[in-house]
Amino acid sequence: MIQRLSVPLLALLSAAFMHAQPQATIYGDIIGKGGRPKLAVTDFKGAGAAAAFMSTFNGTLFSDLQKSGLFDMASKSYYPTAQPQSPNDFHPPGGAEIAPEWSGPPVNASHLAFGYAADQGGTFVLYGYLFDLHQSTIQGAQALAKRYFETMNDDGARKGAHEFANDIIAFFGGGSLTGTKIYFVSNRGGSEEMWVMDYDGSNQHQLSHNRGINIMPAVSPDGSLVAFTSYRHGRPQIDILETAGGRLRTFLNPDASVNANPAFSPDGRFLYFASSLAGPEQIYRSTITGGGLTRISHSKAVETEPKVNPKNPNQLVFVSGRTGPEQVFMMNSDGLDVERLTDGTGEASNPCWHPDGQHILFSWTRGYAKGDWNVFLMDVASRRYDQLTHSEGRNENPVWAPDGRHLVFGSNRSGSYQIWTMLADGTALTRLTNLGQNKQPVWSK
Amino acid sequence: MLKMNSRGAIGVMVMMAALAVGCKKNAPVAPAAPAPVPTTGENTNPGSMGRPTIVSFTVEPTTVERGQSATLKWSVTNATSVIIDHGIGSVDVSGQRTVVPADSTTYILTASSENGSTSARATVNVTVPAEAPEKAPRAKEGFEQQIGHLQDAYFDYDSNDVRSDAQTALTADAATLKQIFADFPSATIIVEGHCDERGSAEYNLGLGDRRASAAKDFLVQLGVPSDKLKTVSYGKERPVCTEATEDCYQRNRRAHFSAGQ
Repeated sequence: MIQRLSVPLLALLSAAFMHAQPQATIYGDIIGKGGRPKLAVTDFKGAGAAAAFMSTFNGTLFSDLQKSGLFDMASKSYYPTAQPQSPNDFHPPGGAEIAPEWSGPPVNASHLAFGYAADQGGTFVLYGYLFDLHQSTIQGAQALAKRYFETMNDDGARKGAHEFANDIIAFFGGGSLTGTKIYFVSNRGGSEEMWVMDYDGSNQHQLSHNRGINIMPAVSPDGSLVAFTSYRHGRPQIDILETAGGRLRTFLNPDASVNANPAFSPDGRFLYFASSLAGPEQIYRSTITGGGLTRISHSKAVETEPKVNPKNPNQLVFVSGRTGPEQVFMMNSDGLDVERLTDGTGEASNPCWHPDGQHILFSWTRGYAKGDWNVFLMDVASRRYDQLTHSEGRNENPVWAPDGRHLVFGSNRSGSYQIWTMLADGTALTRLTNLGQNKQPVWSK
Repeated sequence: MLKMNSRGAIGVMVMMAALAVGCKKNAPVAPAAPAPVPTTGENTNPGSMGRPTIVSFTVEPTTVERGQSATLKWSVTNATSVIIDHGIGSVDVSGQRTVVPADSTTYILTASSENGSTSARATVNVTVPAEAPEKAPRAKEGFEQQIGHLQDAYFDYDSNDVRSDAQTALTADAATLKQIFADFPSATIIVEGHCDERGSAEYNLGLGDRRASAAKDFLVQLGVPSDKLKTVSYGKERPVCTEATEDCYQRNRRAHFSAGQ
């Protein structure tokens, strides 16, 4: 049975969720039940030469924790004036909680991150602590106590902040985005080429250089290969590049007018893709060199965008016109048990599995005019879905970050096609690209 | 010998005839004058008494259209040889001959004997029927120029059906293509498939491919060689316009032709 939440009801439930009520949003399902921790983060002080870099450190630390989407960040305007730097600074009054000035109103924090930076012979030494404030003893409260050694400069301060934030995030079971990369299409050089950048938009550089049309990338699970659709031989065919160094791998395309939209199997050994070998595009599988070609789907419609469930290599979602306009379907990897996931209204495309293997992101025009795409999130088992964007331009190609909380997508909301990230609840919206037109991102570990 | 010329002989005969009439009864019958003895030598043949004469030399009708026939007629006397030019040659002293001149022609008949020769003319006017001016030889246009004459075929949304206006365009294109391949036997032509910008780029790659294939199949059924047409889908990657209007959307939903490698 397909159930759908109306937007106002969703908003009400989201608000309820924020106050640790039982989750009804699908996003709530994803990030786990029990409510988000309310985290307070002090302004770390630095001694000696370290003092000059604390502004950078504190800004990076707070931002990383906020953007993780794991926490309800307690506003600094309510903090007590006396901020602890080490466990010695705590003076439990002898009640149920060691620091009611932090865990009670107005701060109401459940956890406190604090520490300081020392200058030890020119090395930036960071002391970082995480306390669970709902404990009655300092010993019981200590969740993390770590030391980090960095270079005595802004880069070192920033790095220390990233590492401490990652450790806090990992403690709460969240994945980190540090080191992850986004592959995308950019035409800023005059032709549509493969590009790559860090998760936060830094270090953008070009990967393919054939001055043709290169579109629709997919990255292997280990991040070592990017497969995409290229016109360098005149017609859309599949190319595979090594991400470290850009060397082209050999892939034997079937002799068809279109071979496109490749996607890797979870073990990285197979490629699923769309091919017009039999007439209309259908779903095929081969090894990553093109051997063992096997036809998967069997219809007379255009079918494309196969995506393998990361938790179940025998299950695919894909896009098909077999019931009319393009819709998102699911089937087994042997082509059997085909079911339509979207309800047939509008047009649906760009499905992407969540790392949990139970949810998908996709683009849909439901509720809007043709071409007016929005990002949706669906629980596959129940078919319940949430609408994550609301016609701020066209919003397409949503892809989960490895942390399963962030997503990257393409949007023309700024007036040109650019790449944006956000948390699945719509917060932490960040624009990553500016030059040229940029689209079709995929996120790799 | 008594040499009498014809006049003298006739005189004697007249005199004798008169005597015969007046002296019928007892007149003594005068002995008949001796018949004139033919003399040998010239003027012995009563027919050959002068130079050849072309009694008549005509052609009918005197005006014909090219391809029609006319008849020469002639009658000649006192000739031992009658010749007509324009390849007709030696003929009898009288007769007729059918001729089919390609252009206005004057025939000359020459009659001759030992007494001389004479000739006469007969002219046939040949008209050319009014016809379209002969076409200037077809200038062979350049390859790109000829491709420029190929019309696009347009499609409905999310469809690759070749609707009737597209059939009209492709039917004209079939003729143009055959001419192109006759002029440039080693050429290939690309049939491109395009979509408007509203569907997803991924699905439109497939839909553009369907459109290119449908256009190609239609052309092949009209006799355009299949191996000279290559299909390429551009999905929505190469629009001809970018306005968000129905008119622009339709202009993009097309099969289009371009030069092959």
